[in-house]
Amino acid sequence: MTVYEWEIVVVGMVVATACALPGTFLVLRRMSLMSDAITHTVLLGIVLAFFIVEDLSSPLLIVGAAAVGLLTVYLVELLKRSGLVAEDAAIGLVFPFLFSIAVILITRYAGQVHLDTDAVLLGEIALAPQERFAPAGLDLGPRAAWVMGLILLGNAAFILTFFKELKLATFDPGLAAALGFSPGALHLVLMIFVSVTAVGAFDAVGSILVVALMIGPPTAALLLTDKLGKMLTLSISLAVGSAPAGYLLARQLDVSIAGSMATVIGAAFVACFLFAPQRGLLAIVRRRARQRWEFAQKMLTAHLFNHEGLQEQEVESRLEHIDASLGWEPEFRSQVISRATRAGLLSQQNGSLALTDRGRDFARKALVH
Amino acid sequence: MFEVLFGWVSDYTLRTVALGSATLGVVSGVLGSFALLRRQSLLGDALSHAALPGIAAAFLLTHSKAPLVLILGAGIAAWLGALLINGVVSTTRIKTDAAMGVVLSVFFGAGVVLLTYIQRLPDAGKAGLDKFLFGQAAALLGRDVVAMALLSAAVLLTVGLTWKELKLLTFDPGFAASLGFPVRALEAMLTTLLVVAIVIGLQAVGVVLMSALVVAPAAAARQWTDRFGVMVLISAVVGAFAGVAGALLSSTVERLPTGPTIVLMAITIVMISMLFAPHRGLLVRTVQERRNRRRLRSDVLLMDLYVLSLQHEGDHPHTSEAITAMRPEVTDVRPSLEALEERRLVARKDDGWVITDPGREVAQRLVAREESPEAELAEVLSEGEA
Repeated sequence: MTVYEWEIVVVGMVVATACALPGTFLVLRRMSLMSDAITHTVLLGIVLAFFIVEDLSSPLLIVGAAAVGLLTVYLVELLKRSGLVAEDAAIGLVFPFLFSIAVILITRYAGQVHLDTDAVLLGEIALAPQERFAPAGLDLGPRAAWVMGLILLGNAAFILTFFKELKLATFDPGLAAALGFSPGALHLVLMIFVSVTAVGAFDAVGSILVVALMIGPPTAALLLTDKLGKMLTLSISLAVGSAPAGYLLARQLDVSIAGSMATVIGAAFVACFLFAPQRGLLAIVRRRARQRWEFAQKMLTAHLFNHEGLQEQEVESRLEHIDASLGWEPEFRSQVISRATRAGLLSQQNGSLALTDRGRDFARKALVH
Repeated sequence: MFEVLFGWVSDYTLRTVALGSATLGVVSGVLGSFALLRRQSLLGDALSHAALPGIAAAFLLTHSKAPLVLILGAGIAAWLGALLINGVVSTTRIKTDAAMGVVLSVFFGAGVVLLTYIQRLPDAGKAGLDKFLFGQAAALLGRDVVAMALLSAAVLLTVGLTWKELKLLTFDPGFAASLGFPVRALEAMLTTLLVVAIVIGLQAVGVVLMSALVVAPAAAARQWTDRFGVMVLISAVVGAFAGVAGALLSSTVERLPTGPTIVLMAITIVMISMLFAPHRGLLVRTVQERRNRRRLRSDVLLMDLYVLSLQHEGDHPHTSEAITAMRPEVTDVRPSLEALEERRLVARKDDGWVITDPGREVAQRLVAREESPEAELAEVLSEGEA
């Protein structure tokens, strides 16, 4: 890969990491779709700020965008509190409203704003290295990498400093409030960080990929661990990995890099969903199957154990009788018996079953539990 | 002659656009009502984004831009998205919002990958697929509208035939299950109908904002009524109106994108409804609250005057300063006193105020009510009967 290509990948990795950090808390706080809302509405802030300063590289654009991001949060909260609509509908009304205004403004004044609605949605990370950060003529790399690096540092500092508080407010807001931390204030600060991250990131990768980067890695990580710290590191690893993988895919097919990164994240998520060690679909299916056979064997040994040494033992141990008393189909019964025999729980002689010592132990345990 | 011809063509175009937009407004309004009450407003957002790869894949496979082909592709992709959301939420601890966020962004990203792939193809017929991002009602053709109308008719007919079941599912799925309704099948059907409603609108409104057309008409209609049937009707009318008005406006005014215009129309109606609807509207609620507060304040003053009158022989007047002193939280007692005077419960005497005989009666009732909540309840109940 050329230096230019490496720079694209580095920008992608920095953006991905910066997004995964606040995204983890959005996912845990069940506010994932606020990222969708904010990434769309910040566009209005950028457009309005542009009308004022008429300069697309002004830092004021970020301020304007963050302000509209917060306005989004405020309006959603306001609508929710009014009791007129539920929270999901509130989000579903606020962001299309602000976003529609932004799109109309851009289309109407397209001659003046060098913003393209497609670019807003999809971004063009391939162009990111063209804008350089070169103080005093010294080329220090792509500007986007520095801007997002700064945002990444801010996010990391915020999360490291308030890790305990964020954790508490996320998992037990009631206790956090009782202990004197203000969950509301923390929520607001988190939203400020989400807004700023969304603004910085969507310039490079477009709003939809910001959602993929904020929500995808943490959601996949949630399938792999129970620990917040581990979830954060897993999210970051996944996010960082998606940049080179997405870039290579995009180069191979000559398609959108941002879209490819989202696709890679999607593939990683599906892999976690299917194959995660304990919570994956495969693990769940296998566990359920194992539990089914184990339970059947417990039933069978317990049944034999209960009648052992009694008069009816002869009758109750007959195969046909087991079908009747346990309500099993003959086919299922013979499978259970062959599994139990293989496990050394019972032996079979001319159509009659007998427990082994191990089978007796197994049945005793099954009856106690 | 050219003018006549031009007028006829443009008129025909406008008519097509208006018809198409009205159709999609009605369908999304009806299905949106279910989504809103089932707290699934954002499912529309997720599914409309998820439709994008389907559009691109349908084109890649068939090289056709026939609306039915693209709509079918969009529908399949959106439906797969719904399936994935449902599967993830029901088998893992991932919550709906995160599942929707992942599906929305990943499907959309994959769609963008396919679209950029198509753009590289040396194929003349590929142009116009990106219209699906923000929609373009002006590009609707007669055959598109026919396809939309047929699908809409199928959706509305299905809703009509299963109306009772869908209504029960929306309000009390547990009860529906206990009655033996196939709840899961009904849910799947409702999701499928929502998918159809969304794909109908994609061409005109686009994948990005189609979700708003699902939420907004229903949210507006909800403010005007508490009856579900009425709500669905209002929602359909609002959807149709927003669709027609927005589409016509964007077709006649230059550089006005259709999707955002329709959405702004719909959301403006939502805002008007939230402000001015009877009962639920913010305006009515504010007026009512203010009236209650005023009533409460004068009730309190009347009781104060009553208590004061018990401490004096005859009609001893009390200055408004003295009355204020009893209630430091009320800054100005004069408006309340004047309101009581109007109701002839208090009267002016010398430089102060006295309670009248009817005022005493009312005050006694108020005091009794305050001392005994049961009496208050009885009174409220009897008022309700009367």
